Amino acid sequence: MNKNLKNFTKGFIKENPVFVLLLGLCPTLGVTTSAINGLGMGLATTFVLVMSNLVVSLVKNFIPDKVRIPSFIVIIASFVTIVELLMQAYAPALFEQLGLFIPLIVVNCIVLGRAEAFASKNGIGAAVVDGLGMGLGFAFALTILGGVRELLGSGAIFNIKLIPGDLMLVFVLAPGAFIALGYLIALSNKLNKSK
Amino acid sequence: MEYIIIIISAIFVNNIVLAQFLGICPFVGVSNKLSTAIGMGGAVVFVMTLATIVTWLIQTYVLTPLSIQFLQTIAFILVIASLVQMVEIILKKVSPALYGALGVFLPLITTNCAVLGVAILTIQKDFNLMQGVVFAISNALGFTLALVIFAGIREHLDLMEVPSGMRGVPIALVTAGILALAFMGFTGIV
Repeated sequence: MNKNLKNFTKGFIKENPVFVLLLGLCPTLGVTTSAINGLGMGLATTFVLVMSNLVVSLVKNFIPDKVRIPSFIVIIASFVTIVELLMQAYAPALFEQLGLFIPLIVVNCIVLGRAEAFASKNGIGAAVVDGLGMGLGFAFALTILGGVRELLGSGAIFNIKLIPGDLMLVFVLAPGAFIALGYLIALSNKLNKSK
Repeated sequence: MEYIIIIISAIFVNNIVLAQFLGICPFVGVSNKLSTAIGMGGAVVFVMTLATIVTWLIQTYVLTPLSIQFLQTIAFILVIASLVQMVEIILKKVSPALYGALGVFLPLITTNCAVLGVAILTIQKDFNLMQGVVFAISNALGFTLALVIFAGIREHLDLMEVPSGMRGVPIALVTAGILALAFMGFTGIV
């Protein structure tokens, strides 16, 4: 139980996929114009991570080592397609906002990375917990980055206006994504080091 | 004229790395040295163009006639992955010199989201094959341009005194932000 808890929580701070492992930076920068977009993308990725970890861990003994990676990619791509169709049907506004980055979950290094590094070597329970922890850690990072950018750029968080007037619009645009993420990673380095 | 607009827009205005955030992993990962940046850029030009041609043909002659467009993601990623493998094998046999220069970068390209991204964008924008090829080459050149400029900056950055927490990736990202700011100056020219 204790080990499961550790697998679950490591994704948030100590092995946060974005701030510490620096994986999946494309969607991280691309969709975090607001906190809600970040959260949506994070949850979509979490779903794909949990399901692909589950299936990879189920079939790991039947797949020959040589075709391991292509098989993992097909499994991941199937779940990405499912997410794509579900979002198109039930959350069309968010689907529109995230656009190209939904199909691109398939090449998110976190998903393939966890399938290869964890799910293909561990049991079903541990793989699901790992997927959930990593996915939520990713969602957590994206929501923070989205929140920071939204707050600095338009003075709002989750579309709730906190500071009146126009602020530094650059944070909602492309350059702000790089700069905000740079400082957040520096902050996380500092926090992890002082512990 | 239409081609010129595609080229300028893809290289400068909507630069794939700095404005569309595709291919960030290699952008941060292999931009430490100018020579590796150029090698990676060459490999991307090669694979992105080939991948766009093949995926365009598959979309037009297989997926659309059979009305199975929803399989796009799966089909494209498989095509790209096998294409990269094939290019690697052929290059090794045909041109060992080129393989020596690009070889190490090829496996990395499968998970370069810029390749899949451009393939999907070409379909979304309803380009014909010729426009698609021009679009792919210009995007790959835009990627190379961003990568090479950034590598040049990073080589100088290594000599600077940077506060300890900011060393490495954080300062690189902030620099990329300033570079993106410079590229925003191109907005509105097409």
